[in-house]
Formats: sequence, structure tokens, C-alpha cells
Amino acid sequence: MDRVPILKIGQTLFVSIQIDLQDESVIRLQEDLADELAVTRASGVIIDITAVEIVDSFIGRMLTMIGSISRLFDAETVIVGMRPAVAITLTELGLSLKGVRTALNAEKGLEILNGKT
Amino acid sequence: MDKVPIRSGDDVVRVRQQVRTAAAENGLSLVDQTKLVTAASELARNTLVHGGGGVAQIEAVKSPTGRAGVRLHFTDEGPGITDIGLALTDGWTSGTGLGLGLSGARRLVDEFELDSKPGAGTSVMVVKWSR
Repeated sequence: MDRVPILKIGQTLFVSIQIDLQDESVIRLQEDLADELAVTRASGVIIDITAVEIVDSFIGRMLTMIGSISRLFDAETVIVGMRPAVAITLTELGLSLKGVRTALNAEKGLEILNGKT
Repeated sequence: MDKVPIRSGDDVVRVRQQVRTAAAENGLSLVDQTKLVTAASELARNTLVHGGGGVAQIEAVKSPTGRAGVRLHFTDEGPGITDIGLALTDGWTSGTGLGLGLSGARRLVDEFELDSKPGAGTSVMVVKWSR
């Protein structure tokens, strides 16, 4: 199983998913992020899915849960870089990623986090 | 026709990759490729989690009017589905999921056939046509 690395830049945890996600990798990412949030007290999480070719119901649910978990650590999650085909497919699948913020790219995601009061 | 065994999470990823290749080779648009691969991911996970593993068959097909498409066939010898109507309902789940796997996969493809009996495994066949 491949693991997704988590980088801390200032007060933000940055995750860029560059692998074909299998369920175990996503669950592991969720756990690793919770640990990192507790240790680093970061105030924001950016998850870059530019390289992710599909988001199915499992991956979508995990992304939503990561948003909920980080909120419990007083951190906000922004998902950035979703491909247009992925957005169309997610919507047709019936997933809305409710409760997670999204932004076009990492730069805009950072703007959202930095504007957080 | 390619046969891919589904016995682990790695195999689910392999199914997605092979479906992507077949979809691209048979002229599906990027959006349709993504829809088919997403449906394949849902169905392969069902085969693994609910069926206890099984096989995916990936096949190029032609419609009577000459359109190219890709047919996927997932089979397992697991416990089967007791109430197919219920299993296809949005939001109904047998476990901890969102209950969008089967119903969502059906929305993402052009043809969908589910065959299952309690104790006799499950077979799901889907087709996505190029436009």
C-alpha cells in the first residue's frame, strides 16, 4: 500500500495525492492527517487532487470525513484542483462533498485559509 | 477480452487502470472514460467487500449501429443480494458506506444488468457507449 505524504508549510498541512488511491491508502491518509493536526496544531489543510483521475463514493466520503475531522482540530480543509470530468462524475454519482470547501487551485485554496478569521 | 481477478485493494486499482485503457482505446470521451472508471471502481469494491472477491471482465463491444463501447462484467460467488430493488436504492447501505455505490454506478453507465440470488453470488454487467 502506498502512503500519501503530508507536508507542513507554515500553519497549513499540504497533501498532494499523486498515486492511484486504493481504499487502504485513503484510510491511512485520514489517520495520518488526524495525527499531524494534533501534533502540529495546523489551522488549515489543503488536499490537492489535480492528479486524481477518479473520485468514487468511498474516496468522496473519506474526503468529507477528513473535512469533519480537521474541523474538530479547529482546522479548515480545502480540496483543490478537481478535474472537470471528476466534478461531472461526482455530481452524477450523487456526491456533493458537503461540508468541505473547494478551490480551483492550491493558490486559491491558500487564500481561503489565510482569509480565515 | 481481459480478465482481472479481484482479491485485494491493489486489484481494484488494476481494474480501474485497465478499464481506463479500454475506454480510451474505444473512443470514449474523457468524461465518459471517467464515468466508466468510477462505476468500475464502485463495482470492483462491491465484488471485493461484499462478494469476497471475484473477477472483472473487460471487453470492447460494437452496437448494431456500429458504435464502439466497453462492456464490464463483474462476478463473485459471495452471499448474493437478498433484495435487489433495495440494494439499488440511493442511500440504502448494507454497511458503513453512503449507499451510492450500486445506484451511482448504474447512473454512470448506459446499460446495467444485475443478477443475484441469495447464496448464489452476484453478477453485474455494464456497458458504456462512445458518443
